[in-house]
Amino acid sequence: MVGSRTCAHLLQSAAGVMIFAEPRFATAILEETDLAGMADAHQELERVVSDLLSRRPDIKRLFLVGSCPSEVIKLDLATMAKKLSKKYYPSVNVVNFSGSGIETTFTQGEDACLEAVIRDLPNDDKTQLAVLGALPDVVQDQMLRLLTDMGIEDVLVLPQQTAGAPAGVGKNTHFICAQPFLGAAYDEMVRRGANAIHAPFPFGANGTTEWLAAIAKRFGVEQDKFDAVTAGPKARAERAIAKVSETLTGRSIFFFPDSQLEVPLARFLSDECGMKLTEVGSPYIHRALVGEDLKLIEHNAVISEGQDVEKQLDRVTACNPDLTVCGLGLANPLEAQGFSTKWAIELVFSPIHFYEQAADLAGLFARPIVRSDLLNVGGAI
Amino acid sequence: MKLSVWTYEGPPHVGAIRVATGMKKVHLVLHAPQGDTYADLLFTMIERRNHRPPVTYTTFQARDLGSDTATLFKDACLEAYERFKPDLLLVGASCTAELIQDDPGGLAEALGLPVPVVALELPSYQRKENFGADETFYQIVRKLAHPVERSSEITCNLIGPTALGFRHRDDIVEITKLLNEVGVQVNVCAPMHATPDDITNLGRAHFNVLMYPETGETACRHMERTLGLPFTKTVPIGVSATKEFVEEVLGIIGRSAGESSIASRLPWYSASVDSTYLTGKRVFIFGDGSHVMTAARIAKEEIGFDVVGVGCYNREMARPVRAMAKEFGLDALITEDYLEVEAAIADLSPELILGTQMERHIGKRLGIPCAVISAPVHVQDFPARYSPQMGAEGANVIFDTWVHPLVMGLEEHLLTMFREDFEFSDTAGPSHHAAHSPNQEIVDQPASVTASDQGANVIWLSDAEKELRKIPFFVRGKARRNTEKYATDRGVAQISIETLYEAKAHYAR
Ligand code: SF4
Repeated sequence: MVGSRTCAHLLQSAAGVMIFAEPRFATAILEETDLAGMADAHQELERVVSDLLSRRPDIKRLFLVGSCPSEVIKLDLATMAKKLSKKYYPSVNVVNFSGSGIETTFTQGEDACLEAVIRDLPNDDKTQLAVLGALPDVVQDQMLRLLTDMGIEDVLVLPQQTAGAPAGVGKNTHFICAQPFLGAAYDEMVRRGANAIHAPFPFGANGTTEWLAAIAKRFGVEQDKFDAVTAGPKARAERAIAKVSETLTGRSIFFFPDSQLEVPLARFLSDECGMKLTEVGSPYIHRALVGEDLKLIEHNAVISEGQDVEKQLDRVTACNPDLTVCGLGLANPLEAQGFSTKWAIELVFSPIHFYEQAADLAGLFARPIVRSDLLNVGGAI
Repeated sequence: MKLSVWTYEGPPHVGAIRVATGMKKVHLVLHAPQGDTYADLLFTMIERRNHRPPVTYTTFQARDLGSDTATLFKDACLEAYERFKPDLLLVGASCTAELIQDDPGGLAEALGLPVPVVALELPSYQRKENFGADETFYQIVRKLAHPVERSSEITCNLIGPTALGFRHRDDIVEITKLLNEVGVQVNVCAPMHATPDDITNLGRAHFNVLMYPETGETACRHMERTLGLPFTKTVPIGVSATKEFVEEVLGIIGRSAGESSIASRLPWYSASVDSTYLTGKRVFIFGDGSHVMTAARIAKEEIGFDVVGVGCYNREMARPVRAMAKEFGLDALITEDYLEVEAAIADLSPELILGTQMERHIGKRLGIPCAVISAPVHVQDFPARYSPQMGAEGANVIFDTWVHPLVMGLEEHLLTMFREDFEFSDTAGPSHHAAHSPNQEIVDQPASVTASDQGANVIWLSDAEKELRKIPFFVRGKARRNTEKYATDRGVAQISIETLYEAKAHYAR
């Protein structure tokens, strides 16, 4: 990240204990002298990159992530990336995208990054399925097994686990998103001539089935085969969800905008767990992407795009939900006022997609409710 | 440009938030992009606060850049005022807003709000969190505190505690108790717990207690000049420092300094035979300047450790820390680069590290026990139980905290005597402290890795290698490195038992 001490401090605060595990990210902190002249800043960046690459020769792809300060002083990271790519060719590929707070919100960073990666991919006209979105390894493997069992062999998962593995996209690529926040990557795929597959997101038994069914339809998979592959895990997921959702059925839920996962998760919770939706806030709604989920909830919830935290807090107080999904800056203050909360960041890092995780996903929402029923000493101080 | 993964301090506006959050009826409007709201969670999660920090972020976006950000700022001020009705409004800019050069102070002034407005200058590209807190509090005091009539009874102010301060909550309680015992009442504690109204009454006190120089010194100096309030220079952490602090207080209020007794168990615990094995244990100390200086004194004079390294990350305290290090016969390590700290620790192979959250992790990696003495800290160092660092109880807490991670004396003997025995093998580590359980690989590895630059060409003969294994694991890495260096320096290619003991004699303290 090319940014300020604030950006470094943000990464450190957000990464928590991960920061101690020799992570492969760091901030080139801009100092006074870097603000004075652009030429120096570029030179400085080259020096920092060269130091870093000699210290970590295992790095094959280097992302120069833009921040608010770097954008505001118009540091041209895109050109720098090109220049550095040439300099370190072929051992290191340097890519630029922006993760600045003035342009992106939370998971949009992954979107901007993936968009930049796709832009760099060569053209390939072979018929293949591309799945967009970084997933936990175990989840990705489950997904690939289901697809293989349906007879779909040529699957390109983006981002790939290793930079530089062979990959290309083109007009015979059919793609589907596994994450709802990939609007820019989606648009980039469309620009590259790839064909979008639309479906609800693979959360819960129904979500997963619908998602797989949309792919099966595009690739002409026989219904019998599809049923043979999905029937077992689907039934298993339904049984597991049923148990957990006893806690959730009939309870009301309010979503603060955070990760863009809100719309599909709200769909899962209302459709498969019997929760009542009050308000579903999302920082940004890409209709082509979450349209299928949106259709299923629009009639019974207030959908709000963007944020005004004070007004949203007023609305939480007014509708007094059983569970509020929000960021960590709001969770404890709301708990202290007697609201049960589910902190949203966990949803991005926990395995929650596809059949085998469906009950775990429901469990993430059930736990705070179970807990507040369990505790008997009062919470507020 | 400086490449950095871990920073000891946040940007200065985080210091401003620490002051605002510590206070009551204050609101801060921060000209900042939306991502900067991350700072909220430091307070709601790490410090576990039950309310949101009193901060409104303007959350401007790329499309607002240009003329609109100023309007945005003014609207945010008005809305924040309407909603929170603070008695004092602070306005400032984060790193990004500093670049777009709206003038928060001027803009807020022009709104004509019915409450005082303090504009903060927070140079994000030069200064850091502690400066931000110190400066913010100073500006508040400068604006609001004016001479008022002294209180008839003897009172003082507690200056420096903030939100997100290491043990500030309990230090306040402990110091208040201590002062009450010598007949001094607390007038105002600030910034923590103070309202703007309280700030206007700072001048009622007879003197100031500067609890944390990092966050309160500028304000204390200002009050000395403008309100005639002397302030204490001793930070009362440790038994001796607490005694001196009390004497300093008595001196200020014109009472003769009698034999002040501090009711701490530390002196007896430290004197009891069980603590004999603590003698000369080699300790490395790092953190913020104030905590490091007080810790070094306790380590040396009150527990009997051997202080082998000291340093701090806040340059503001570099001078006193250097001076103190010199008295200990050491060179202070002044750095904000944890890699330098790690290198220094690896090089010294201390038996105990006293440091921050980062040193805790360095210790874990090197298999060296560690206790936390300074911010930055994680959630576990905002404990539910009473755990001050200052005063008599603080000394008790410190004794327990520091000794706890060490292998207990008897256990240490057993580990050495029965090291070949599987139950007591080196790799078992201290039984009562799994988190620090050093295993042999971890202890030996850094040694051989570091040794490779200098000791690549020396070979350990198998007898010598076996002898080395007989040395207790917690000093083995050091012994290995010293021996290799000794051999390399003398052009010895093979290390025999003889070389090992030659080196030992050479490095004998
Ligand atoms: S909002 Fe901008 S300045 Fe703040 S941490 Fe994010 S990228 Fe850095």
